[in-house]
Amino acid sequence: MSDGRESVRYRAFSRRTAILSSGTLGLFTLLTGRMFQLSVLQREQFAMLAEDNRVNLQLIAPHRGRVYDRMGTELANTTPNNRVLLVPEQAKDLRAVLGQLSQLIPLSPQRIERILRDALRSKAFNPVLVAEGLRWEEFARVNINAPDLPGVETDQGELRSYPFGSWLSHVLGYVAGVTDKDIEKEPELLSLPGFRIGRSGVEKAADDALRGKAGAARVEVNAHGRVIRELGKREGTPGQDVVLSLDMEVQKIAQEKLAGQSGSVVVMDVNTGEIISIVSAPGFDPNAFTGTVSSAIWKQLNEDELKPLLNKAITGMYPPGSTYKPVIALAALASGAMTPRDRVHCTGSRVLGNHVFHCWKRGGHGSMDMHLAIKNSCDSYFYECARRAGIDAIAAMSHKFGLGQTYGLEIPGEKAGLMPDPAWKKRARNDVWRDGDTFNVGIGQGAVLTTPLQLCVMAARLANGGKAIIPHVIRSFGGVDRQLAVPTDMGLNPEHVAVVHSGMDAVTNQGGTGARSHIDIDGFDMAGKTGTAQVRKLTAGLRGRNSDSIPWKFRDHGLFIAFAPVVAPRYAISVVVEHGGGGSKAAAPIAKEVMTVVAQRDPARQKLFVPPMRTASGPVGKA
Amino acid sequence: MPLNDTYGSTGRERRLMGKLRALNWTLVALITAVCCIGFALLYSVAGMSFEPWADRQMVRFGVGLVLMIGIALIDVRWWFQLAYPIYGLSLLLLVAVEFVGRTGKGAERWIDIGPLQLQPSELMKIALILALSRFLHGVLVDDVSRPTRLIPALLLIGLPAGLVLLQPNLGTAMILIVGGCGLIFLAGLSWKIILPVVALIAAAVPVGWEFVLKDYQKQRVYTFLDPESDPLGAGYNITQSKIALGSGGLFGKGFGEGTQSRLNFLPEKQTDFIFTVLGEEFGLFGLLILMGLYTAILWNGVAIALDTRSQFGRLVAMGVCLNFLLYILINTSMSMGLIPVVGIPLPLVSYGGTALLTVLFGFGLLLSVQVHRAVDIPRSAAALI
Repeated sequence: MSDGRESVRYRAFSRRTAILSSGTLGLFTLLTGRMFQLSVLQREQFAMLAEDNRVNLQLIAPHRGRVYDRMGTELANTTPNNRVLLVPEQAKDLRAVLGQLSQLIPLSPQRIERILRDALRSKAFNPVLVAEGLRWEEFARVNINAPDLPGVETDQGELRSYPFGSWLSHVLGYVAGVTDKDIEKEPELLSLPGFRIGRSGVEKAADDALRGKAGAARVEVNAHGRVIRELGKREGTPGQDVVLSLDMEVQKIAQEKLAGQSGSVVVMDVNTGEIISIVSAPGFDPNAFTGTVSSAIWKQLNEDELKPLLNKAITGMYPPGSTYKPVIALAALASGAMTPRDRVHCTGSRVLGNHVFHCWKRGGHGSMDMHLAIKNSCDSYFYECARRAGIDAIAAMSHKFGLGQTYGLEIPGEKAGLMPDPAWKKRARNDVWRDGDTFNVGIGQGAVLTTPLQLCVMAARLANGGKAIIPHVIRSFGGVDRQLAVPTDMGLNPEHVAVVHSGMDAVTNQGGTGARSHIDIDGFDMAGKTGTAQVRKLTAGLRGRNSDSIPWKFRDHGLFIAFAPVVAPRYAISVVVEHGGGGSKAAAPIAKEVMTVVAQRDPARQKLFVPPMRTASGPVGKA
Repeated sequence: MPLNDTYGSTGRERRLMGKLRALNWTLVALITAVCCIGFALLYSVAGMSFEPWADRQMVRFGVGLVLMIGIALIDVRWWFQLAYPIYGLSLLLLVAVEFVGRTGKGAERWIDIGPLQLQPSELMKIALILALSRFLHGVLVDDVSRPTRLIPALLLIGLPAGLVLLQPNLGTAMILIVGGCGLIFLAGLSWKIILPVVALIAAAVPVGWEFVLKDYQKQRVYTFLDPESDPLGAGYNITQSKIALGSGGLFGKGFGEGTQSRLNFLPEKQTDFIFTVLGEEFGLFGLLILMGLYTAILWNGVAIALDTRSQFGRLVAMGVCLNFLLYILINTSMSMGLIPVVGIPLPLVSYGGTALLTVLFGFGLLLSVQVHRAVDIPRSAAALI
């Protein structure tokens, strides 16, 4: 340090170092202050944000309840559904991710466009369905590659499946995706991707019970939204299993007998109103509706002349034709206008004013009392019978038998049909009621319209001697029997009922119009009534021609109602075959076959099926 | 004669042992302690696993430690002699990297020499300290402000800084410029020059904004000023880093329990944002311990500088400290949302071999200065070459 200038330099250096050090100390103090600000003063805010980042609440879709027939046959269940979902927000470049996906699973360009449209419509953090029903290998391929596919999630949902397909299409209906309007009602659960609700049939009517309650899971997610682990879980409630009153074997035979035709069969327990079978033919495959329906299938179903999409059993409205005659008879008897022994002479036609009313039998039946008139379905007798009873008495009796109304069946869409009376005619056609109108009603023609379900209810109430049973198709929800009201008594005179029963007995068992459909089982003989409903007024040219030579859609509807056994009846049936020709030829034989199976199985006396319990867990979706 | 040889060897050994004993082991221990914090954090962010970061970082530290001590034992006069050659080589490499460099993360930074990957800009940080210290060693306090001395000094800084800025690597350029200017300041630059220049820089900021900064650099500034404006885009890093730090609270969420880092909300968690990981898992407490260690290291460095006889040694020691300080300031300020995101690692803690080796190399020089603090280097020696 001999050099003075060196010591000057050292002093300058140490002074500057001191300045720099103080500056550094100041900056470090500043930094420490910032640390304190973040981790102490603003800690709660940031802790909340960190928790927000990490925790997602996800809904757990409940299992949908299964549907069984009364014997425990599974009619609707769920199968595992391997699905691939995409969260638009996380994928960023949707098209690129879908492109990558299309190399792992089949994805058509149209499907990709569709997904892009869906993604645009939904909120960015809501996953959209990319593919479902994947085979295990495809599903595994996506799972393995998922880390490289931003926003792609996989889960195992469930898919509704209907083992009997078209045989139950109209009863069960189907489930399908939700609409924006549905989501407004129940935004949480219904926003789950691919969630489906009942759209028709029992699926729709019992949707609340079948759907169950959603569970929820708190899950930890990473920055890409991928679930890392589950933090907590509240189990949902699985949907209730529903047991129907149907007997699948009876349903099957009815389907088989209607094969290739358009029509319906309804079988009912006359004491309880339980529907044993309700068939509308042809049906459609509801499995095709759970996914997206291809437009080709939709077009085909819509254009089919046999109208497979219509549930004819509850929405098809037909003139009851002669099946209506027992009600006319009871109306006349109840009003006192006629006794069972009163006779009417049938010459084959009856003139009223300047109009001729024909009996179906050209030469006439001769002298008919009530028993014979029912057995032979004599039109002339019932023209007179209706005239004496009067339209008001007929309408009153018809209402007692449940015509012109709906019953609140658990299959939505029932039609009320029409029971005309003077007030209706004034209202609908602005015309007065004439005797000719009453004549037409007397043979179940004119304005009277009934559904096959109503015909079966009518037959059942006839069979049970006037107990106003209400038809229903669901026996139990979640293993608990439904409580049903005791049917009210219609106040029929048992003697009158006996007259009608004997007439109907004669139809099938004593050489009447349904003689060919006599059931030869001891203690299960069937009493019935045939009917033929004109589709259009017969022109002179068509009258008397063999029905096979008339174009199909102009042919008469064949109808038949029946109950069995004759003594202490337990089952009632109605059969309608559209454009099948006469009831004795087209409808009665089907009733015979179906009732034979009913006799063998006797479903009403089988033990009640109680569905097994099930656990709650289901597929996880994002809320 | 053979005996003489033996004596000669033992004499050299004795000298080496003496240097080793004289070494500031406290500083070595402090450096090791900070590195150990780094290993723990790298282990944590890998999901409580040594792979893929902690194990490699530990090996590098082992190599770096040996290198550091080796450098410390080399006579400081050697470094004085090597200062300009090293600087020249680094400058050549910086030019070369413009032509044969490999791009990493949008910036040309790397050069391949056989199996070795070299970042000339890192080498330059050391080279500039050496060259500038050597140059200033020959300049008296009164002469520092003279243009004939000041301009060459500024050129020494400006050439490499300009090349690094071309890469473009804003962070390193900043460290070169600020560190270099710091050395000139320490050498005694007159306040009459300092104050007007500071004023000029303040005036030049708007101009630089308009004409110098690239779009991505501007974007960093924009998002820094209002990170919440684009929380999922460019502001994401800052926002998530603040959330992680703040949610750590006083004592943190616990080792390996940092949700922000473990669940990948925090980007670049093993490199640029490792300070945030420390804050999230060990809270304010952990951050203060690290800052305390850093302060102790710097304190030792300053003490070494003040205890050194040669101006070269003092300036090298302070140069190393300044570089180290700048790393710390930039990285922590960025992690806490005080300055825009700049790709500067947290020294001795962040994952990355080159940065670690550079810092340890620097501390090697610092220790060399310390071991040879009594060595006098004549002022006139600087004039040679």
